Amino acid sequence: MSGVVVLVGTRKGLVVARSDDRVTYEVDPIAFGMNAVASVGFDDRGPTPRLFAAARSEHWGPSLFHSDDLGATWSEPGAAPIAFPEGSGAALEQVWQVVPGPRNQPGVVYAGVEPSALFRSDDGGVTFALVDGLWDHPHRPTWQPGAGGQCLHTVVPHPTDLDRVLVAMSTGGVYRTTDSGASWAPSNDGVKAYFLPDPYPEYGQCVHRVASHPEAPDQLFLQNHHGVYRSDDGGDSWQSIAEGLPADFGFPVVVHPHRPGTAYLFPLTADGDRMPPDRQFRVYRTEDAGSTWTPLSDGLPDGPYHAAVLRDAMCTDTDDPAGIYLGTRAGELYASADEGDHWNLVVEHLPDVLSVRALSV
Amino acid sequence: MTAVVMRLPGVLRPYADGRSSVEVEADGVQTVGDVLARVEADHPALGRRLRDEQGAVRRHVNVYVDGADIRHSQQLETPVGPGAEIVVVPAVSGG
Repeated sequence: MSGVVVLVGTRKGLVVARSDDRVTYEVDPIAFGMNAVASVGFDDRGPTPRLFAAARSEHWGPSLFHSDDLGATWSEPGAAPIAFPEGSGAALEQVWQVVPGPRNQPGVVYAGVEPSALFRSDDGGVTFALVDGLWDHPHRPTWQPGAGGQCLHTVVPHPTDLDRVLVAMSTGGVYRTTDSGASWAPSNDGVKAYFLPDPYPEYGQCVHRVASHPEAPDQLFLQNHHGVYRSDDGGDSWQSIAEGLPADFGFPVVVHPHRPGTAYLFPLTADGDRMPPDRQFRVYRTEDAGSTWTPLSDGLPDGPYHAAVLRDAMCTDTDDPAGIYLGTRAGELYASADEGDHWNLVVEHLPDVLSVRALSV
Repeated sequence: MTAVVMRLPGVLRPYADGRSSVEVEADGVQTVGDVLARVEADHPALGRRLRDEQGAVRRHVNVYVDGADIRHSQQLETPVGPGAEIVVVPAVSGG
């Protein structure tokens, strides 16, 4: 493989960038204009890859679209694909992440949404149902919204054990199920919540993102609202791996598609200064599971830089060498075809980028 | 005239088979909420763009009955009679 289809969700629509060689790209006209596309995704388990785009109109509300022709056309069901049930008292604000289930569970697709809830589809991501076990959790009334809203933004299905799913919320933190969603337990041991009276509570953390690799599912990386952590036991406990980084704040964390101990971050200075440290645009990479970090900058802007990269706006493809992609709130998409060593500007002058996913084709 | 007409902004017409308005038989229809329920039954993708899944009119959607904003009347209970004209307008909002 050497081609890629990159979905770029922005504040005002979706653009699709296509390349046969990951060097030169063609960018489609913007779709879903004036809709915030906070999450994009794809399901490549079947013979035909299915793309997802969650579009939210300020006027007409949210919906989830899918495409079976690599983004040439998009479909949605008549009835709402994701909706809270009658009597729940809740209404969908936004879809924050669309994630296919494990490969041995075809048809299952998860969606993390705002207000914080998990939905599950058994028909390939066309229609979804609320996962009641998490919605009914006694902690839920005490989860507090972060600046982005009360959202469940991260879903990490276990790659082989169909009963195990991990989710993360802002705020709320990490929760896990080992019984297919019937019951959930917090999983934040060692993760700090500096903004609470007890800085190491059972739950209530503002976790920004959790990522893992299918070949090493018990090794997890976590970008916190201040703090970068790793778990080696599937989330039972977390240890700081922030040493060597210029700052421990940020939103995305992604794991290399082939090497589980290699991960990427985009640090920001602090909660109160959400810009790159020293105003230098730098991706940080570890190749030893967080023991050391290396700044990556070749081909990235070298002047003062002030925009952030949001939690869903950095990703990899599955090619070898791996491609790394990131979108900025300044409306740029950068891509590296060599694991982050060198970067190219793919497209600029977009609305601020909310989500990026890259499908190797 | 026994129908109630609901006029739609251009952006919503794809959800109403391309039409600029939809009609609802006035029989059994007494309120805006009744009309919206009929519209939702006939055109679910249109209906969910006007109201959320709990039945609330979306915050930036304005609904007028014979020229009057239902928010300044009886909301979804605003009476609708035969021959009424309902107009849906996106609010001025956003950036």
